[in-house]
Amino acid sequence: MSTTSAKPRGVHDAPRYGDRIFAGAATGAGVIILLVLAGVAGFLLWQALPALTASPEDVRGGKGLFEYIYPLAFGTILTSVIALVIATPLSVGIALFITHYAPRRIALALGYVVDLLAAVPSIIYGLWGVYVVAPASVPVATWLSNWLGFLPFFGPSPSASGRTTLVVGVVLAIMILPVMTAVNREVFLQTPRLHEEASLALGATRWEMIRQAVLPFGRSAVISGAMLGLGRALGETMAVAIILSTAVGVHWDIIGTANSSTIAADIALQFPESSGLDVNTLIAAGLVLFFITLLVNMAARWVVSRRSEFSGAN
Amino acid sequence: MPDADLHALDQPAVRPVPQPTPAAPRPPTDTPLLHRRLPRFATLGMLAASLAVAILLGLTVWSLNPVALLLETAVLYGVAVFVTSSVVEGRRNAVDRLVTVVVTTFFLLALLPLVSVLIEVVGQGYQRFDLTFFTYSMRGVVGAGGGAYAAIVGTLIITALTTAVSVPIGILTAVYLVEYSKGGRLGKVLTFFVDVMTGIPSIVAGLFAVALFVLFLGPGARAGIIGSVALSVLMIPVVVRSTEEMLRLVPNELREASYALGVSRWRTITKVVLRTAVAGIVTGVTLAVARIIGETAPLLVTVGTTTSTNTNPFSGRMATLPVFSYYEYAQPGIPREPYLDRAWAAALTLIIIVMALNLIARLVSRIFAPKTGR
Amino acid sequence: MAKRIDVKDLDMYYGDFLAVKGVTMTIEPRAVTALIGPSGCGKSTFLRSLNRMHEVIPGAYVKGEVLVDDQNLYAPGVDPVGVRRRVGMVFQRPNPFPTMSIYDNVVAGVKLNSKRMKKSDMDDLVEASLKGANLWSEVKDRLAKPGSGLSGGQQQRLCIARTIAVKPDVVLMDEPCSALDPISTLAIEDLINDLKSEYTIVIVTHNMQQAARVSDMTGFFNLEATGQPGRLVEYDDTQKIFSNPGQKATEDYISGRFG
Ligand SMILES: Nc1ncnc2c1ncn2[C@@H]1O[C@H](COP(=O)(O)OP(=O)(O)OP(=O)(O)O)[C@@H](O)[C@H]1O
Ligand SMILES: [Mg+2]
Repeated sequence: MSTTSAKPRGVHDAPRYGDRIFAGAATGAGVIILLVLAGVAGFLLWQALPALTASPEDVRGGKGLFEYIYPLAFGTILTSVIALVIATPLSVGIALFITHYAPRRIALALGYVVDLLAAVPSIIYGLWGVYVVAPASVPVATWLSNWLGFLPFFGPSPSASGRTTLVVGVVLAIMILPVMTAVNREVFLQTPRLHEEASLALGATRWEMIRQAVLPFGRSAVISGAMLGLGRALGETMAVAIILSTAVGVHWDIIGTANSSTIAADIALQFPESSGLDVNTLIAAGLVLFFITLLVNMAARWVVSRRSEFSGAN
Repeated sequence: MPDADLHALDQPAVRPVPQPTPAAPRPPTDTPLLHRRLPRFATLGMLAASLAVAILLGLTVWSLNPVALLLETAVLYGVAVFVTSSVVEGRRNAVDRLVTVVVTTFFLLALLPLVSVLIEVVGQGYQRFDLTFFTYSMRGVVGAGGGAYAAIVGTLIITALTTAVSVPIGILTAVYLVEYSKGGRLGKVLTFFVDVMTGIPSIVAGLFAVALFVLFLGPGARAGIIGSVALSVLMIPVVVRSTEEMLRLVPNELREASYALGVSRWRTITKVVLRTAVAGIVTGVTLAVARIIGETAPLLVTVGTTTSTNTNPFSGRMATLPVFSYYEYAQPGIPREPYLDRAWAAALTLIIIVMALNLIARLVSRIFAPKTGR
Repeated sequence: MAKRIDVKDLDMYYGDFLAVKGVTMTIEPRAVTALIGPSGCGKSTFLRSLNRMHEVIPGAYVKGEVLVDDQNLYAPGVDPVGVRRRVGMVFQRPNPFPTMSIYDNVVAGVKLNSKRMKKSDMDDLVEASLKGANLWSEVKDRLAKPGSGLSGGQQQRLCIARTIAVKPDVVLMDEPCSALDPISTLAIEDLINDLKSEYTIVIVTHNMQQAARVSDMTGFFNLEATGQPGRLVEYDDTQKIFSNPGQKATEDYISGRFG
């Protein structure tokens, strides 16, 4: 303080004051974010505690918290995996189309169009799923049941309404497609021209060039993009809540009338009518969902951060 | 060959070559230079034929479903091209053509849902997309009539509140990350957790806000502000990410030029850096608003819904467009039609808002972006 | 195997921009042809149009003829993929595929064409190509290691091995030594000297001594003025170009009296 006052007055004092306030505000904003995140984990834990410590009979379903949550976790993972299986090849193909097949001039616009898929609110995907996808899925489900009925996924009596795990998987796939495509698109664009040209100069066709130069370069990004998509699918709520006709328990049949609900959808469906311990139970379920998505997202980031090590950029 | 002899005569003297190194084994096959290629009319013809067969199949065997039509055409065309190309051009070209068909099909396949969603929402939503819908609330309405006035007001209030919370925090955090952190500990931690925050499921954000407000309002409370807090958790990371990206695009020379003029740091940041990046930031914020304005799940558990207009976000339930649409669909009265019509009209309103915001965002970035040859 | 290339009145465009105009020259087989000239005069553009790599750039195209063995590369119906197998290319910066081993890099081009090749044949090919590129003794114990782990000069020789493994008729090199130290440069120059017994070689270089050392024929490209297309100003025996050039511009450029 004495040093400041020893300096000549004027020019320096006011800006310094401003500098400090501004730097403080910027740092403070960052700290708030950290507090919020700590708060998310902390408050959820706090509100979930009663359910963790309650005796099993009191928890909704009457068999305890674990029995309540694990079929939901199963449904969450099953729908998300279906979505991922559908969306991963599609997103790679679409990204390749935009980066390496479409005419340059319209490639950017095509990218925007795919991005628009992400802008549609999930409630609208839900309504669309019920009105358009579900009815359209019935003949497909019947076919699957007739011809692939020996698999556990395709039971003998497909749902007549089409509000099945399979349809939810398809709708989720559409919803996560834009994120995954965006990640793939970006990394495919970054493929060094040097390697693409090396391949072409060896007499590779376009597809051989992609296999030699583009895909190896983008592999880890494709994986991390898929994980980001998985994270989205795991947490998606309204589309699932609206489309799926659910039943308690674990159901492997993805085209039947009884489908395992997902954590997020169950919370949305039950929460408005719940009170007391039921609320705590749902929050505990939410906590489980939070940790599952956290793990998946962190894994995705880890893959991304590892990428730089073997990308071979020299 | 006489030709070769002629050339030999023309040829200037070439120095004698050293003895040749032993020749490596030649690869088994050698591509002829003049390849037979499939003429364009052949591929176009096959495409037209495939489409015709697919339409015929659709008309006679099963229904004319666009997805089925696309897939059938793609499969027929893919097989036809692959086979003919294998015969005429060889396997490698055939594979290349097949992949082109597959990749293009995938892209078209992705466009179908977008088109279908738009058609469905407009087709179902236009019936109640009228003046009453925008000027009446649902207070005392049973059956037909009524509207989403309360829900629109609620959505506007909650979105405005969310934006007011998220934008300053988001932008300041981005400023901290780009301008102040200098790769420090807090910066790294923050970057990581912003990434984590991006992945929080919206319903979990809602539950967090619920749990937080148990502290202030007791259990079971519903209010607009709780919803705003939930949405802020979703919006802040989006704002941070997009702003950060824009700030990093501002060239360092600009900052140094400003410092060299004796301008203080915070003025440099506000007057030079933020000013330069403002178009990008506005774009990012607009897209972030578009993202949260359609969020349903967090509002379902924090704000609930109500039939009358509530303009006070600090107490009581509020109607919002997405939740309104959801309840009209999920808990209709009898007859169902007026309720479902209102659900779709709300969906249409929502999608118009979202698409408009996306359009505005693109326009802002297109018009005001500094021309940096991107 | 080595083929003569006849270029007839070749114009090269980038979109509307005419980059190089009216090149006519005959490139001799089993010889090294060097292309020299100031920066931006279109040496790379011309070189890339000899194996149809030019058109890889969006909007780029050529007018005119390039005859290899009296067969026009730009005739309708000619597959650029086939052209590039016949006319191989080595780039300015070494570009081995980073995710592939040394072995896989060498056979990368061969694998494209002949899926089923006996392992022993493949091994022979790798050995012969690496020997041909003067790299065998240095890498024979680490063929399974990634190619990106080699030094710059070794990487460039690996790229040459990869190019000659597909047994092209012609090898094009665009400033192959510009990213290398003098020792690696000498190694590549020796290699070029060895290769010319089997291949037609065209090399772009900014290094006059290098052009004089390795080449039999030299072509000098120049820009008449900025904004004008580049042209082939003079094309003759290397000895003649460097001792007694026919054009004033060539003499100025070679003796360093050039803007
Ligand atoms: N991808 C491109 N798009 C448009 N113009 C280009 C492109 N590449 C090169 N040019 C232009 O074509 C002309 C010739 O370029 P080129 O790269 O062939 O020159 P060069 O002789 O190889 O120069 P250097 O010795 O610096 O490598 C230049 O005017 C250059 O600006
Ligand atoms: Mg060049």
